[in-house]
Amino acid sequence: MAKAPKKSAARSPAENPEFALHSLQEEFEKNKRFDASTEQMQSFYEQMLLIRRFEERAGQLYGLGLIGGFCHLYIGQEAVAVGLQSALSEGLDSVITGYRDHGHMLAYGIDPKVIMAELTGREAGISKGKGGSMHMFSTEHKFYGGHGIVGAQVALGGGLALAHQYNEDGGLCLAYFGDGAANQGQVYETFNMAALWKLPIVFVIENNQYAMGTAVSRSSAETEFYRRGTAFRIPGMKVNGMDVLEVRQAAEIAFKHVREGRGPVLMECETYRYRGHSMSDPAKYRTREEVQDMREHRDPIEGLKKTLIEQGSSEDDLKAIDKDIRKVVSEAADFAENSPEPDPSELYTDVLVEEY
Amino acid sequence: MAIELKMPALSPTMEEGTLAKWLKQEGDEIVAGDIIAEIETDKATMEFEAVDEGTLGKILVAEGTENVAVGTVIAMLAGEVEDISEAASAAPKDDVPGEGKDVGRPESSGGGSEAEIAKPAKKTGVKDPEIPHGTNIATVTVREALRDGMAEEMRRDERVFVMGEEVAQYQGAYKVTQGLLDEFGPKRVIDTPITEYGFAGIGTGAAMGGLRPIVEFMTFNFAMQAIDHIINSAAKTNYMSGGQMRCPVVFRGPNAAASRVGAQHSQNYGPWYASVPGLIVIAPYDASDAKGLMKAAIRCEDPVVFLENELVYGRSFELPELDDHVLPIGKARTMREGSDVTIVAYSIAVGLALEAAKQLAEEGIDAEVIDLRTLRPLDKEAVLESLKKTNRMVIAEEGWPTCSIASEIVAICMEEGFDHLDAPVTRVCDEDVPLPYAANLEKLALIDTPKIVKAVKKVCYRD
Repeated sequence: MAKAPKKSAARSPAENPEFALHSLQEEFEKNKRFDASTEQMQSFYEQMLLIRRFEERAGQLYGLGLIGGFCHLYIGQEAVAVGLQSALSEGLDSVITGYRDHGHMLAYGIDPKVIMAELTGREAGISKGKGGSMHMFSTEHKFYGGHGIVGAQVALGGGLALAHQYNEDGGLCLAYFGDGAANQGQVYETFNMAALWKLPIVFVIENNQYAMGTAVSRSSAETEFYRRGTAFRIPGMKVNGMDVLEVRQAAEIAFKHVREGRGPVLMECETYRYRGHSMSDPAKYRTREEVQDMREHRDPIEGLKKTLIEQGSSEDDLKAIDKDIRKVVSEAADFAENSPEPDPSELYTDVLVEEY
Repeated sequence: MAIELKMPALSPTMEEGTLAKWLKQEGDEIVAGDIIAEIETDKATMEFEAVDEGTLGKILVAEGTENVAVGTVIAMLAGEVEDISEAASAAPKDDVPGEGKDVGRPESSGGGSEAEIAKPAKKTGVKDPEIPHGTNIATVTVREALRDGMAEEMRRDERVFVMGEEVAQYQGAYKVTQGLLDEFGPKRVIDTPITEYGFAGIGTGAAMGGLRPIVEFMTFNFAMQAIDHIINSAAKTNYMSGGQMRCPVVFRGPNAAASRVGAQHSQNYGPWYASVPGLIVIAPYDASDAKGLMKAAIRCEDPVVFLENELVYGRSFELPELDDHVLPIGKARTMREGSDVTIVAYSIAVGLALEAAKQLAEEGIDAEVIDLRTLRPLDKEAVLESLKKTNRMVIAEEGWPTCSIASEIVAICMEEGFDHLDAPVTRVCDEDVPLPYAANLEKLALIDTPKIVKAVKKVCYRD
């Protein structure tokens, strides 16, 4: 694995004569779909379906009052987290995202039970019930949250990348944020330093078309988000985020670039969330037809299912997967409903690590 | 097994709504994601989506029904073909307690009574380490002490690095990081662009990733651009993660008024940060505390805000020459013993308080001076102990009076030291105005020794 280069003034991006902003996109255009084996595709299918069913169940539990506060569902965007995270080196690379974080955690293989139990605010939750839907972490999996402040994860991700570079461990950071967060100033502060210091980071904009209720065209002067790194000499990639194989292929190209010590990549994944921004959003800013059209024609799970069947998987095989996942999700929901709430004695624990 | 479909809530505060419309009928096949019904409240309409698949059995609440309570069973869903008859005929079970609304918080057993809430244990009996007899005492400036503290910790721990504006090649805007680049190189002494929010986030993220960053703000006034990361990212993460994610970062730089730099460059942020659970806030006065607490801050597993003072950087103090001079966080220091009145201060105001005590002694008033050193966690035992002894207290603070550290000490004395008070606890702070530029107005606005002397005389009934 490539060691991160030492920082030095002579190698600043501005002095690089071979700078080619479009090189990654050009490579990607040559062959956009990852050549996956049947096992890999089945695994992607399983993971996406797990996210879909988990989120549907979370929506239901929210509706029943078992989940409180804000609850941002990932339904529709599954291919992004699954495609990217399947390309990471487990135990080495780090991941950070915003508050729409359930999908990324499930794609990481974190136990659905402890995620669901966090959503219901129980002691068995991954944050002992103290974080909730938006604030979940797993240092064991190098998943660094789960952050509730829009855009904060981008700068924090820059810090995780700095740690990879500092430790020369060959790892990279994958920092996800939305089209809404892409208008935060700190995102560009981080772009600048990441490019200047050649940090090993892939910035992933999950463009789901709406920043809460505001369509991208109403909030963004440049809606081609992959171009937004241009001013910092960060190569951009535009990826169909509704196709897990395309996302995976893009990940291969981006990660290779970053691991070679050539600095950050900005990847825009065009995707769509079927549900409202959060559970309390009636989604009146778009038509039912628009959502229905996406579901019918571009759904990432249906799309992969089609490919799988074309390549010889049977309906029955896929049904069996579906059945297993329903069982896993049901068990997670039961666990989350039946686990006890945190003990009152936990109120003052974990405020500080040390005693003073 | 038939599945109950229940009236959903659109928001945590919704208690009931109208079942506006059924989009599926009894006997319809349902797949996950199908919209079964529309629910309305006075605020919004929402689609009720199927999570499970099966056949819609009996509809129990007709469309158009108003005031349907959240959690009411509105229909039955047969999971497998053989369940249809069951679903068609089944009456809903009694509602399970806790399902529906506001679960698991029964008012009777909520654990809200004070006796049940365990507060964290506080370390007791912690004192500054004894200085061995015969230790050489050097005279150093606060600036050098801070630098030496950082350099020693950087030698000790590879993970420690410094980042900030002008910290490396320029040798520090206030020369606190002088010489560090030469010794440790650009990997560990990192010049950043002028981009506080960004580099505070990067520093915080690096701490989450296992490093030990020291983030220098040229002054804490500029850290306001970065305060989101200090509070939302650094201070709260350990708690929000149930103790999984640590954030051992030190945010440091000069705080409070300098000289003639006007309102935007002259604010004391001590009270701001000290109000935040999850942060350690340190504000040393002299060189020994600056070094000993800097080393403790860097070793600390918790995020630390380390507030220095530009006007004190150049002052020289005695500093014991020890191999490893580390002082305890969270412990105040008695700078001068006295029996008539206590003056509590921190940072630059400690110097003013000591000067006031000297003048008061000439008038026969024996003042004790306490340097808080750490603003969070505050050493209230030391404050109350001294109050018990002197029965009178003045707090001297270079900062605004409203919602200040002084206000906090007043509250502590009222709540826990009332029986020991012989006079009202009194605050001596800056005037409650943005700091003016004009020399005469600036002087009027800032705390000074005469103001402390006057307040002490008042609480001693000697004015």
